[in-house]
Amino acid sequence: LPSEIHKNTSEWTLDYPPLFAWFEFGLSHVAQHFDRNMLLVENLNYDSPATVLFQRLSVIFTDLVFIFAVRECCRCVQEQKGSRDILNRPSFVLAVLLLWNFGLLIVDHIHFQYNGFLFGFLLLSVAKHLQSRHLQGALLFALLLNLKHIYLYVAPAYGIYLLRSYCFTQDNKDGSISWRSFSPLRLIALGSIVGSVCALSFGPFIAMGQLPQVLSRLFPFKRGLCHAYWAPNIWALYNILDKVLVTLGVRLKLLQEAELPRASMTGGLVQEFQHSVLPSITPSITLVCTLLSILPAAASIWWRPGGARGFLRCLLLCALGSFMFGWHVHEKAILIAILPLSILAVESREDAGIFLVLTTTGHYSLFPLIFTPLPIKAVLMLMFVIYSFTALRKLHR
Amino acid sequence: MQTWSLVSLCVLLGVVVRWGVSLNSYSGAGRPPMFGDYEAQRHWQEVTYNLPVQEWYLNTTDNNLNYWGLDYPPLTAYHSLICAYIAKIINPEWVELHKSRGYESPAHKLFMRATVLVADLLIYIPAVVLYCLYLTDGSAKKKVSTLFCFLLYPGLILIDYGHFQYNGVSLGFALWGVLALGLGWDSLGSMAFCLALNYKQMELYHALPFFCYLLGKCVKLGLMGRGFFLLVRIASTVLVTFALCWLPFLSDPSRALQVVRRIFPVARGLFEDKVANTWCSLNILIKIRSILSSDSQIYLSTACTLLAVLPSSVRLLTKPTFWQFKLALANSSLAFFLFSYQVHEKSILLAALPVCLLLNDLPLVAIYFLQVSTFSMVPLLLKDGLLVPYVVTSLAFLFFGVFLLSALEHCSEEELRLGAYHKLLFCLPKLDMACIVRWKFYISVAVMAGLSFASVALVPPPHLPDLFPVLVSTTAFLHFFGTFLYFNVVQFSGPPSRKSQKKKN
Repeated sequence: LPSEIHKNTSEWTLDYPPLFAWFEFGLSHVAQHFDRNMLLVENLNYDSPATVLFQRLSVIFTDLVFIFAVRECCRCVQEQKGSRDILNRPSFVLAVLLLWNFGLLIVDHIHFQYNGFLFGFLLLSVAKHLQSRHLQGALLFALLLNLKHIYLYVAPAYGIYLLRSYCFTQDNKDGSISWRSFSPLRLIALGSIVGSVCALSFGPFIAMGQLPQVLSRLFPFKRGLCHAYWAPNIWALYNILDKVLVTLGVRLKLLQEAELPRASMTGGLVQEFQHSVLPSITPSITLVCTLLSILPAAASIWWRPGGARGFLRCLLLCALGSFMFGWHVHEKAILIAILPLSILAVESREDAGIFLVLTTTGHYSLFPLIFTPLPIKAVLMLMFVIYSFTALRKLHR
Repeated sequence: MQTWSLVSLCVLLGVVVRWGVSLNSYSGAGRPPMFGDYEAQRHWQEVTYNLPVQEWYLNTTDNNLNYWGLDYPPLTAYHSLICAYIAKIINPEWVELHKSRGYESPAHKLFMRATVLVADLLIYIPAVVLYCLYLTDGSAKKKVSTLFCFLLYPGLILIDYGHFQYNGVSLGFALWGVLALGLGWDSLGSMAFCLALNYKQMELYHALPFFCYLLGKCVKLGLMGRGFFLLVRIASTVLVTFALCWLPFLSDPSRALQVVRRIFPVARGLFEDKVANTWCSLNILIKIRSILSSDSQIYLSTACTLLAVLPSSVRLLTKPTFWQFKLALANSSLAFFLFSYQVHEKSILLAALPVCLLLNDLPLVAIYFLQVSTFSMVPLLLKDGLLVPYVVTSLAFLFFGVFLLSALEHCSEEELRLGAYHKLLFCLPKLDMACIVRWKFYISVAVMAGLSFASVALVPPPHLPDLFPVLVSTTAFLHFFGTFLYFNVVQFSGPPSRKSQKKKN
């Protein structure tokens, strides 16, 4: 029953927003044809072959959303003149870079999540904005937020872009804001779309009075600054600096070893820790840092909007900023930056260079997630690297 | 895109598919007391490591030949020895004499699968890449497409990485032989083929074409001049290679004889299990095995095989070109498969390799045959629990073959070399042969899909328990026989005209 879901029953309890819970609910109805036992709440770590088959098939099936979104994105890519065969066309290269994205393949199909489906929504929403269908894009993003709230990372980009470029229907001749062209109608339309989606998903829980419980599951600040496997962001460096200072301090007899808290942040566990030498980081500090980092990007699309592509860049910068400074970031979050960057990479040369650096390092940072032995992930990574380098080089010659 | 990047992408994709299949179960997994081919290979590592060379093929207290005794020539044994040395370094328990029988663990499975992959990477895959780049004609894109489909052939992947065998090594050596002969390096080619022969005796299926091609070449160069020297050079290469491989066994003739007896077990009967050849299919109508004595069975099968292989070999002797050589390889291996003694269903791989060589020239027929050959092994694959890999790799192969090689477009009558059929069937009204072939392809694919599904989903009636394996092998047999006739017709028809060659490029 949905009402029971948000109580603490086990270590893998649901910590995604309600729409995702409905999605899983729908899946469970199909699942009972495969194997009834996997639906019992007590059966943790249950993995009969039928279960595994069903789960994997469900990921493949929901990836259809992703494939559709990729197709929409490819249609938005600006084709250049000149007859090229299909291998060299930007839209084909984009399709391969997105569909065969090593990070997504690994995380979804080996590590097991439903990211393809969610990224499908994100890319579809981006494609709609690129096609100037802003309301549809906003609707898709609202749905996405209610499916997985990690996309709050990029919500500021959406908010500012839509406010500036959609609600203000015209710009002055020099591109600056024209206050008189504010259209309250559009603002109301946007607000009602977002509001109705949120009401639809959270409604039942507000009615049952479980809203605080839901929110605490969604935003577990007790989980500590860094995830079990450190995401390669600024706090990882901060932790390392802290450890170095501790060791130095003990060596130089500046600190007493007995006074230091017995914390091991590399222990692979999810807990709260205190820093020993440097000041401890609280969630509010990370929020401030994140907001500061995305401020330039947000200001830029407010004062000088660059159209839909400017929005895409701002989205990227929000994703990267949140990744760098956020609280309890997963390394999977780098995919939120990599996938949209693919669209920019097939169009401009500088972006292609940045893309190559970001994907190679980002995908490499995903390696520790996977327990399967080396050959498959190394080979897949190698394939993606070879393809991306050669294809983009040929494209931007 | 540059060729090297496309080639490396194809190879890497081939490796990914192979490793993906290897994650599935293997033959005899978890089935004591005899297990399956996987256990046989592990047992050979144990035997070759712990016992002296002289005892490998003898029935001693330490070496019970009834439990997976060695029945391949010495090169397999040496390969097992090398693997055993590596196994000993990693975990000695894997090759301990007697105690390691039936050893199964995830780490061991990883090791065994890795040995297959390493052998493939060293021997089979380089040969395929070099063949497709240097001995096929067409644009770079066509060569890469051929390479991709060649590497994606499901039958070899499923048997080597699923069921567990080392066919990649013997087929790889044979392919190196073909490659060398194609480039004109005859001695190296014969040496490579001898290595293949000393790895698995079933390579004898390919021996006759090699022999006829080289002999024909020598005759053409003149037996009194350069041809004679070539003949001597090839003969001495063969003898030296054989001597080197059999060195430990040559000191005692009885030992060598024992090895031969293990390699060619004539006591086993005309056929075992359900295999897609003539005798098994004939057995449905007439019970051959009970009518004839075992001696006359041997004579009958030998006679039929020789008769079947004669036309193609004679043709190759008189016209030793590379094109004739490829066709003769296909014909000879098919003839042996269809009519020979004690044939296993895995032997179809020996016929599949020459047909893979023809992927570039006759794409539709090649893809058709290769798919049927994979289909013919369905009962074996189902026994090993390899249904999902079978479905996925077959669908991928069919899709990429038809799409990348444009198989269904390049099937005009001329390109399919069907001209000769008109002469043979002159009494029948003028039929559009190309259209017939295309429809046969569609219908066959549908039938194969249907039978595969039926073998999995339906339960056979109680008075016909072997219904589905028999249906599968009979369907496959009909296809193989038809392909055998087709390749013979093509071998005897003239070379393609200049016009059609220009059109292809």
